[in-house]
Amino acid sequence: MRRGLAWAPLAAFVLLAAVAGWALFRPAGTEVRSEMVGRAVPAFDLPAMVPGKPGLSTAALKGRPYLLNIFASWCVPCVAEAPKLVRLRAMGVPVMGVAVRDTPDAVADFLRRNGDGYAAVGGDRASRVQLALGSSGVPETFVVGADGRILLQHIGDVRDDDVEALAAAVRDAR
Amino acid sequence: MTAEFGLAALWLAAALAVLQAAAAALGLARAREDVAAVTRPAAVAQGALACLAMAALVAAFANSDMSVRVVAENSHSAKPMLYKLAGAWGNHEGSMLLWVAILGAAGTAVALFERRLDPRTLAATVGAQGLIAVGFYAFLLFSSNPFDRLVPAPREGLGLNPLLQDPGLAFHPPTLYAGYVGLSVAFSFAVGALVTGRVDRAFARAMRPWVLGAWVLLTLGITAGSYWAYYELGWGGWWFWDPVENASLMPWLAATALLHSVTVLAVRDGLRAWTVMLAVVAFSMSMLGTFLVRSGILTSVHAFAVDPARGSFILALLLLYVGGALALFALRIGTVRAGTTFDPVSREAGLVANNLLLSVILGVVLIGTLYPVGAAAFGVQLSVGPPFFDRAAGPVALLLVAVLAVGPLLRWRRDEAGAVLGRLAAPIAAASLTAAGLFAFNGFGLSLLPFLGLSAAAGLAVASVLPLTGRRLARVPLMTWGMAVSHLGVAVALAGMACDAAFTRETLVAAQVGQPARVGPWSVTLDGIAPRIGDNWSAVEARLTAVRGEGTPLTLRPQQRFFSDPVTTTSESAIATRLDGQLYTVLGRPDGQGRWQLRLWWKPFVTLIWAGGVLIALGGALSLAGRALRDRRARAAA
Amino acid sequence: MRGKARRRAAAISLLMAAFSLSAARGGASSSATTGGWGAASPASTEAPGGGGVPSASADTSDPAAPGRTEAFPVAVEASGGGSADAAALADVPLRDSVREAAARALMETLRCLVCQGQSIADSDADMARDMRALVRGQVDRGEEPAAVRDWLIQRYGAYVTYDPPLSAATLPLWLAPLALLALGAWVARASFRRRPHGGRGG
Repeated sequence: MRRGLAWAPLAAFVLLAAVAGWALFRPAGTEVRSEMVGRAVPAFDLPAMVPGKPGLSTAALKGRPYLLNIFASWCVPCVAEAPKLVRLRAMGVPVMGVAVRDTPDAVADFLRRNGDGYAAVGGDRASRVQLALGSSGVPETFVVGADGRILLQHIGDVRDDDVEALAAAVRDAR
Repeated sequence: MTAEFGLAALWLAAALAVLQAAAAALGLARAREDVAAVTRPAAVAQGALACLAMAALVAAFANSDMSVRVVAENSHSAKPMLYKLAGAWGNHEGSMLLWVAILGAAGTAVALFERRLDPRTLAATVGAQGLIAVGFYAFLLFSSNPFDRLVPAPREGLGLNPLLQDPGLAFHPPTLYAGYVGLSVAFSFAVGALVTGRVDRAFARAMRPWVLGAWVLLTLGITAGSYWAYYELGWGGWWFWDPVENASLMPWLAATALLHSVTVLAVRDGLRAWTVMLAVVAFSMSMLGTFLVRSGILTSVHAFAVDPARGSFILALLLLYVGGALALFALRIGTVRAGTTFDPVSREAGLVANNLLLSVILGVVLIGTLYPVGAAAFGVQLSVGPPFFDRAAGPVALLLVAVLAVGPLLRWRRDEAGAVLGRLAAPIAAASLTAAGLFAFNGFGLSLLPFLGLSAAAGLAVASVLPLTGRRLARVPLMTWGMAVSHLGVAVALAGMACDAAFTRETLVAAQVGQPARVGPWSVTLDGIAPRIGDNWSAVEARLTAVRGEGTPLTLRPQQRFFSDPVTTTSESAIATRLDGQLYTVLGRPDGQGRWQLRLWWKPFVTLIWAGGVLIALGGALSLAGRALRDRRARAAA
Repeated sequence: MRGKARRRAAAISLLMAAFSLSAARGGASSSATTGGWGAASPASTEAPGGGGVPSASADTSDPAAPGRTEAFPVAVEASGGGSADAAALADVPLRDSVREAAARALMETLRCLVCQGQSIADSDADMARDMRALVRGQVDRGEEPAAVRDWLIQRYGAYVTYDPPLSAATLPLWLAPLALLALGAWVARASFRRRPHGGRGG
């Protein structure tokens, strides 16, 4: 057995162990990020979910930046997130909601109980818009620019620290 | 009290393992036979104590002793006794304890029963076994203590995951672990042989029965696991190339190669380096598997939920043991004289090809399983699943089947290609006839891999029984029977896999009561839905009547089962087994309009897959018995 | 290596090369796998591209995508009865059995994004159900499975498919079988000796 060849298995194993070791300690990036960041928001036209609030249409939204928030009444972290969205609305940031796999009554009830930060809420009952956006869970928030391009994806609920960052992102997108 | 007793036994066993390893190391280094002689008794005591510790844990589960943390987290007093007992190894700590107990027991067995090795190599082997045990004892005692107490003790436990509340849990893990950990003996043999430089026929003959035993158990464990997942998970698949499944397949591939390689070493004194390397690789794959399943670096439905801290402990053990063994190999293999070389057309050549192809499949599975992790290191997120593994490993496996067919028909030392082709006439004819028949009935409707697989299976089936023809069957040695049965088992399993892939019929239907649905040759009617209550569950059960042609109608009762501890819903499939296949039925959700979703499969000859697995294991057991008998006769004659 | 062994090695290499290449190229086609092998799917056609589908409602193009027409109408909700239709569509087989087989084959290779390692064909999750509805709906409209797969990859990356698309990042993966075979054969050479009478080969 040639000298070099005898050391090859050990070398291969050390490489394997290095990869495994790296994997153990990498930040828990178990979320699936959307590939649509930097691209145009996919066109959609969703019906209204809540009486008194309009539905969502990308054609109508073009021309100003806004936050696109994917949520649902059955989503637990969305409850914690709702007051932050109210704050954003108070700061003048337009927040559009997409309610996935939900019913009008449940959404209305959710908004009544937890606070309503949305300028408009569209119903995405078959998750089509969620899939088209490359979103893989709720809640998620996208920053969409005035030209209709997706600038940022925020996975998970909006926390206090995120409010400023998101508001700034929308301001800068003008 | 039982828990404390178990913990004490565990500590004592750990101390003995240290003694076992140290005695061997010192005894060998200083050439002190009396010191080295301590190794074997230490091993026996260590194994016994480790098994006692396991018994203590099982007792704690049997008594539903909720003051022990693992019992409280994984058991419930309302569970049937079988699942209380089996629940002992249905969790991380318990299964690690099982691992360690089997490791100790294997060491005990080697210390008590191994007679063929020279004393120095035996001491080195048992010492190595002890050294491995030390690391795992440390892991158990310092980071996964199964006997941790919960104070105050909760009144009731959290319950066992309903998917695990199945006879499969009683059978699959112990058998699988016995296989995995049994390979540690081969690893220790290899380390021992590298230390003393004695890699020769005696070493091979000594190691062979241990490898065979572990391999038989591993084969049974994997077969059982596959069948369990098949009927439990409710989607009719028997293998998903899931990382945990791959973790059990990799040691098996290495062990199969090792099994054949050790024969070449025993008979012809060749393939020394391959054999030693395979022995190291086999158990390394077992340890790697344990790491993958418990570290959380790969996502899987089968994985234990463990934190990265424990994962790093196991990784450290891996580096120590596998790294150490591979370094030892690199340093010492130069002192092992090169073995004999072979003629390109000979049984040895066939066995080399066998080694090679099995190693390639092992490599492909390893790379495929770890690729997503490696890619993530470079920022690329991707998934590798059945489409890759089938296409990458499938053709190599088919090549292997061809080698399997030819190999046993080759003569040792040297053979003539022309003569071999002559012997292959019957298998080739069988394969061609099958291929022609398939083509006649299906045209181009069959996918390539199942088509080739079925044809190859036919050829292999004929080839595997050829060594038995033309002889007085009663006088054929058991070892030859073993080989024939195992290889036939491969053909049978392959036929089952190909049939499942090619001929399965699936029907999805929103069924109304009284309206029949067709699946394959069957007509299935929903008769009604009724509630059911069990030991610790309630369910919605559908009553189905299935009839094929003019046959007697069958009743099947698939369920949607609801558990409260923990709150889960499982789907219990109802399967009807016939001689020529299985009717697999699953109940889905109601659609709100009085109809219930039903998923129905007709799977022709799917049971051949597991029947084949059992045959493979049986062949191995026959070989093992044959050798044991031969040894006993030889010793009686001497 | 003497004649016979060399010829055998060459034959095996050619076979492996053929498989590797067709496997990698076939990555775009819908080779079904039910637990380990290709199912009886109709002979897969090389998809010439997914365009040209008459969209049921407004707005279908994505101007930012490099030269691609996003042919999937997303505004299906216009009718408002989305959920019931989607839930029904998710698990009702298509009437055209060829299309249904193609859809099923595709579903077995797509990963459920919210599960612990399952395809959308086997998962009970709601999102998986909606993805099944998407797949069936698009295939029913005449889309090639490969186009549906690409649409999802555009949004979720290669993570969403269990069949890694051939690219610079996955080249080592797809070449691995051939490379390992070559490496192994080279290592195994040392075990063989030449035949005493040269070149007879047999």
